[in-house]
Formats: sequence, C-alpha cells, structure tokens
Amino acid sequence: MSLPVSSDPGAGAARPSVARRLEEAAGQLAVLVGYEARKLAHDPTELLLRAVQPALWLVVFGSVFSVLHAIPTGSVSYLQFLTPGILAQSVLFIAIFYGIASIRERELGIITKFLVSPAPRTVLVAGRGLSASLRGLSQATVVILLAVGLSVPLSLSLPALLGVVVAIVLGSALFSTLSMIIASLVRTQEKFLGIGQLVTMPLFFASNAIYPLSIMPSWLRPVALANPLTYLVDALRILLLPHASSLFPLGVDLGVLVGVTVLLTFVCAALYPRMAQ
Amino acid sequence: MRSSEAPPGAVVEARGLTREFGSFTAVDQVGFEVTGDQVFGLLGPNGAGKTTTIKMLTTLLRPSRGRARVAGFDLEEAPAEVRRHIGYVPQLISADAQVTGYENLWVSAGLYSIPRARRRERVTEALALLGLGGVADQLVKNYSGGMIRRLEIAQALVHRPSVLFLDEPTVGLDPVAREAVWEQIDRLKRTYGTAIVLTTHYMEEADRLCDRIGILHRGQLVAVGAPAELKAQLGKENATLQEVFVHYAGEEVELGGSYRDAGRTRRVAARLE
Ligand SMILES: Nc1ncnc2c1ncn2[C@@H]1O[C@H](COP(=O)(O)OP(=O)(O)O)[C@@H](O)[C@H]1O
Ligand SMILES: [Mg+2]
Repeated sequence: MSLPVSSDPGAGAARPSVARRLEEAAGQLAVLVGYEARKLAHDPTELLLRAVQPALWLVVFGSVFSVLHAIPTGSVSYLQFLTPGILAQSVLFIAIFYGIASIRERELGIITKFLVSPAPRTVLVAGRGLSASLRGLSQATVVILLAVGLSVPLSLSLPALLGVVVAIVLGSALFSTLSMIIASLVRTQEKFLGIGQLVTMPLFFASNAIYPLSIMPSWLRPVALANPLTYLVDALRILLLPHASSLFPLGVDLGVLVGVTVLLTFVCAALYPRMAQ
Repeated sequence: MRSSEAPPGAVVEARGLTREFGSFTAVDQVGFEVTGDQVFGLLGPNGAGKTTTIKMLTTLLRPSRGRARVAGFDLEEAPAEVRRHIGYVPQLISADAQVTGYENLWVSAGLYSIPRARRRERVTEALALLGLGGVADQLVKNYSGGMIRRLEIAQALVHRPSVLFLDEPTVGLDPVAREAVWEQIDRLKRTYGTAIVLTTHYMEEADRLCDRIGILHRGQLVAVGAPAELKAQLGKENATLQEVFVHYAGEEVELGGSYRDAGRTRRVAARLE
C-alpha cells in the first residue's frame, strides 16, 4: 500500500487547462448531488413529512376557495389554478431547510471540509443548489400525485413533465441559494429563522401563487413582477395548464429563473468562505 | 533567530503572518518553516492564535499581512493549488454524522477529482490505514470520538497531500483514544513521510509527537526548536517542556485564553465524547 507519499510540491505544476477545469467542475457537481442523494436515502421519512404542508394547502385551502368562487381564475378552475402555485410554494419552503442546514454545518465545522477542498466556491454553491432540487422534485411528485388524486385536470404529457422538472430544478436552486446567502450573513439559527419568515411570507403572498396578479392592489403588482416566485409559478402554469392565460412566454419565465439563479450563485460564492471563519 | 532562507525541501514557509480582528491582533508576525519529513507542533494555550494560524495556512482565512508558501504554492497567488496539496483536520468536527464513514471519504475523493475508477480503492485504502475498514459502512453518528478523529484524518489523506494540518487532534479524547491517534500520526510520519503541522495545548502531546515545536503566546511565536534543544537551552538538568513554556511565555499553559476560547474547545470535546 502506498498511501500518502508526498506528491512533489510545486514540481511541474502547470495550472490545469480550461477544459480540464470544466471537467473537474462537472465531476464535483455530480459528487455533491450524489452525496445529497445518499443523505436523503438514509433518512427518507423526512422527505415525506415535508410534503405534508403543501398537501394540506392544496386540499384544505384549495377546496375552500374553490367552493367560495372568490378568486377569478379565467378559463380554469381554482384548484387547477392553485396546483402550480402550491408546487412553487413547496420549492420555496424547502429553501429554508438549506439555510438552516448550512448554519448547522458551519457550527459543527462540516463546511470546512468543503471549503478546504480544491473545488471552486461557485461549484460548491451550485452543487448545493442542484442538491436542493432532489427535495424539490420529490415534493413536486407528491403534490402532482395528490392533484391527480383530487381529479384536478392537468396536462401531464411527457414534454410538459420534462418542462416541470426543469422549472423545479431552477426554482429549488434559486431559492436555496438565496437562503444560503441569508445564512452566511446572519450566521445564527435564531436570526435566520426570524429573517427567513420575513422573506418567505412576502415572497409567497406577493406572487401569483394563490391569486392572479389582476386582483392585487396596484402597488403590489410591481413587487410581484420583481419576485422570482412569480416567474416560477407562471412557468409551471404554462406547462401544466396550456389553456390558462399566462403573464409571459415560457422562454421569458425560464430565462429570468436562470439569470437570477446564476447571479445569486456568484453572490453566494463570494460570501460562502465566511462560513469557515 | 533563524536565517531568512528557507531550508531546502520546506513544505511550509511562513513569513510575518499576521491576522487582525478589528483592532485585536490574533496572530502577530509569525514565521517558521516545516520540512517534508517533520512533525511541527504549534504549542500554546487557548486563544494563543493556533487555529487562526492554521486557517491562514489552509487558505480559509486571509492574512492581514505577511506571506506563506505551502506545498510549493503561494497562499495569495494560488490558493486553489495550495488546497489541492494539503489535508486539514479542523478543530471543529468536519465529518458528517448523517452518512457513513465511507460516504464521507467518497465525497472528499470526488471534490479532489480522484478519477471515478480509482475512488473506491483510494477511499478503502485510507479507511484501512486508519483502522476503520470494519466500520466503513456504519453511520458516523454511531462512531466513538476516537473513531471520528481517525475518520477525519483518513478523510484528509484521501488525496495524498504533501502536508497534513491537524488542529488540536486529540482534544476531548479519552487516554486510550488519544494514544491511538498518536500512534497513527507517528506511523504516518515514519511510513509515508507526510509533513504534519499540528497544534496542541498539551505538553505531553507536543513532547511525544513533534520533531520541532513553536511556542505561540498571545499571537507571537516566542521560541522555535526541537523539544530537546529548547529544554537544553534552559541550562537546567531534566527540564520539562512545561518549564520551557513558562520560561518563554511567562505563564503556565492552563492560565491562558478567555472564556470564549475555552468554551469553543470544550464544545468540541463534548461532541466527541
Ligand atoms: N473570527 C474571529 N473574530 C474575532 N476574534 C477572533 C476570531 N477568531 C479568533 N479570534 C480571537 O483570536 C484569538 C486567537 O484565537 P484562536 O486562533 O482560535 O486561538 P487558539 O486556537 O490558539 O485557541 C482569540 O483571542 C480569539 O478570541
Ligand atoms: Mg484553536
């Protein structure tokens, strides 16, 4: 066995080429997502428990407001209108988990293991964001199955479902990265939970998740249009309800989600080293 | 005290490393070298600046002033290359309790870009080296404190670094587990020639493990040398390292540190028990 034989320091150490670095980054991303999958496999009950909340929203809130006919949803029923909103909500609420997890990992010291590795900070953050989509997708599956069980008519063609996967992956990455940014700024769990509520609730209510923009007071509409959750909901509605009216074309929705996710990833990567100090 | 030329084969060369937190200077003009076949120990009480020094050398914290080359690369110019060539076991716990020992090393192997085909072999090898082959597939939350420490050392070795940094490797361990970790560190040095930089506030540990030690007192390196050399310099027969420390630092190792520093050390200890 020839384990830690010193690699000769510095000798012939040309910087790796761009192609090599991209290949390494892809490998590192795959490892980080695989790692999250192993963690979830060790504790699958947690995944199911987290699907209870969106399920309740759909069943209780959805049923009550369907009966009331209080919210104008055009050509689709309220439950149809609500299902994509609840999908987006479940993605948003997962994000809180990632903020708390990174504070916990910072307190324990686990995060230094990642920060001391040669993986670029952007890759570490993007890996975390992509990992979040594993939770996002598992919750989305529960919500969609539940909607089918409630006989909510949805377009579930293969292209539509693939589009839903893309939107959920983007949304999970976006909001979990936002959550990690807040976590690296506040650093304690108590403060994070306080600020988490302060951010999540407005994001949820100042969006088109549970009512259309058209019934919002005019001062709230620009806020909703600046809210990434609105674009996630809009994308999911286009995909699952082809006959409902949408705010933007699908390309615009997905483009906004990609742009914001990339931006937040760079911001988070700049702040991430604080987690080891 | 020492020449400014680094000895040939130095894997760590620190020059005037300084770190300030606000107006407080935690590490003040620290300079030393470590060659490839040595165990170098930074000895000092809680709050002396040991962790801050190690964090600078492992690129986790930027120095306010000063430079260092680690494993042949400049900290400032090539931090990613430094990271590629070092292993680090932090004072806090770096193993993830929610997954198995094998999975902990597997993610490290991947982050260090060890090719997929060789990952399993490398991980298995490192676990075996630290005597953890039999518990590889158990969740780390069921490991004892000593096993966790050994797992973290295995994790820090999986990419075969040229320098291994260990921050208070045996704090919180019972005497048996401590002895086991000491034996592993000795073996690493003898068998594989990995340079090791460790910090400790235990005299016994410094005496037993280190070829050279640096005495760190309130952020300043007040003496550097082989333990025997330092003892001989006192000009007193059978001087102990404890006496060396008191001579240079002017107080006993147990007296240093604030409540917060002691608290941090104790929290690690509690988690390892
Ligand atoms: N992030 C920080 N902010 C402010 N002060 C710090 C920080 N980290 C360490 N210190 C202070 O710097 C000094 C040295 O700390 P540290 O390097 O952890 O000592 P040691 O590892 O020797 O116990 C201590 O007084 C500690 O309180
Ligand atoms: Mg320390």
